Amino acid sequence: MAARAETQRIGRLERSALTGVLVREVVNFTSYWKASTFSSTVEPTIYLLAFGFGFGSLVSRVGGFPYVEFVGTGTVATAVLFSSAFPAMFGTFVKYKFQRTYDAILAAPVDTEELVTGEAIWIATRAGVYGCVPMIVAIFFGLDVSWGMLLVPLIGWLAGLGWACFGIMIAGFASSFENFNYVVSAVLTPLFLLAGTFFPLSTLPRWAQILGEVNPLHQCVQLVRDAVFLNLSWVDLLRAGYLALFALVLWRIAIHAMERKLID
Amino acid sequence: MSDELAIRLRGAVKRYGQITAVNGLDLDVPVGTCVGLLGPNGAGKSTTMRLLTAQAIADDGEIEVLGFRLPKESKAARADCGVVPQLDNLDVTLTVEQNLLVFSHLYRIPRAERKEAIERAVQMANLDARRHDKVDKLSGGMRRRLLIARALVHRPRLVLLDEPTVGLDPQVRQELWALIDALRAQGTTILMSTHYIEEAQRLADTVLIMSHGKGVAAGPPAQLVAEHAGREVLEVYGPPARLAEVQAEAAEAGLSTRRTGTSISILGVDENGHPFEGERRQANLEDVFVLLTGEEIE
Repeated sequence: MAARAETQRIGRLERSALTGVLVREVVNFTSYWKASTFSSTVEPTIYLLAFGFGFGSLVSRVGGFPYVEFVGTGTVATAVLFSSAFPAMFGTFVKYKFQRTYDAILAAPVDTEELVTGEAIWIATRAGVYGCVPMIVAIFFGLDVSWGMLLVPLIGWLAGLGWACFGIMIAGFASSFENFNYVVSAVLTPLFLLAGTFFPLSTLPRWAQILGEVNPLHQCVQLVRDAVFLNLSWVDLLRAGYLALFALVLWRIAIHAMERKLID
Repeated sequence: MSDELAIRLRGAVKRYGQITAVNGLDLDVPVGTCVGLLGPNGAGKSTTMRLLTAQAIADDGEIEVLGFRLPKESKAARADCGVVPQLDNLDVTLTVEQNLLVFSHLYRIPRAERKEAIERAVQMANLDARRHDKVDKLSGGMRRRLLIARALVHRPRLVLLDEPTVGLDPQVRQELWALIDALRAQGTTILMSTHYIEEAQRLADTVLIMSHGKGVAAGPPAQLVAEHAGREVLEVYGPPARLAEVQAEAAEAGLSTRRTGTSISILGVDENGHPFEGERRQANLEDVFVLLTGEEIE
């Protein structure tokens, strides 16, 4: 007879495994938060200043809002994207390939499903916080404070969760860093421009408008505007549901991609 | 208790495309012993290690770790295992203590015991003075000690060491041997893969010699030597042409030989009555190793 431990059969998606993955990220964050906060703050601010004042001098109002406010709310989604999809892609790849961190984590009582979920939750949480930065900057340029702003970190979290899973999925399928170029050029850049961040989609041809509607980034932009400008309606529930579906589907694909990569 | 098995492999097979890395491996690791997996590069040692943590899934065969059947119950087994990987995967921007803290969470040490567990690991790694230093400031030997201490932070019943001293200088190697020996003395079960013969000879109670994904011989080191290489070996030196002659003559006389690069070792020369002249020495595990795993480098 072989020795059997007292430990009971352990289930899936355990809290203690997720905590372990999250603790690792939080402790690591203490060593790089300055750089990451700097870039996450400065980048959207530059967009806001460049577009807000560059375009803002040509067009004063867009979609019924002063242009600075239109862009200030729109770039929330940009900040969410930049602080979720990109770190997820590059971070996952580095941790898997160069630091071999995931080898160490999977040798502990953590499964790939828990690893991916923990990483996605962490990235989404960061994206939810960093996503608020452009909105806060816009307040200094005249955006009125409203209670709906309290919903923005939650919207950022939900959208960030989907984009984090997207990034992890891409890293799972990629065989080298160079593969990311295709994704950035062919997927992320078009979606970034087709989100209604800098100009309303209604100015575009019909086909582009339809593409925009299926773009999760556009749904995020609309949700943030409706929340900040207190225009929430039942359509926004659909938008939130769409973001949740986007996250759910990519979450499962990301787990599948990483299992293929991490388990021989 | 002594006949209980911490690890039990029966006919384990792992293929990667055309290559069969592990090819019907049987392995027993009794509780409280240190077993060495000895084999040349590519013999399947690292793949075997990955099978034991379900980071590789066997194509065939049975694997049990601490009584749990893999891969299904692997997580429960991993909770009670400590793994020291061949390649350093510490978080280099974190301090010694932070690395241990992270693993105290990953290995589910209850909050009340966490501080003490980290302290114990710091002492074990002998890194008291460096506990607040970042890992990238540590020397290679210190990093290796930390890697081992990290795997022991939750006091596992089974420790898997994959080439624990590969690429380290002799001083550091000795230091790590002392660490592993202390662990052994405490009764922790150890499975260690290595291609350093001296390491296996010093630390392992029993050795499994692997070649081409299979076990080719198993037993205590001294017994393997006696069985396969005899008591004494004759070392014949000379120019390459002479060595080839000696090898042919020995084969004719029915004696096993192996090349060492600079000499021919003639095995099983315990009795007199052979025509060769050379230096006599005690047979060792290296003789067995080369004899059983082949001389050719693939």
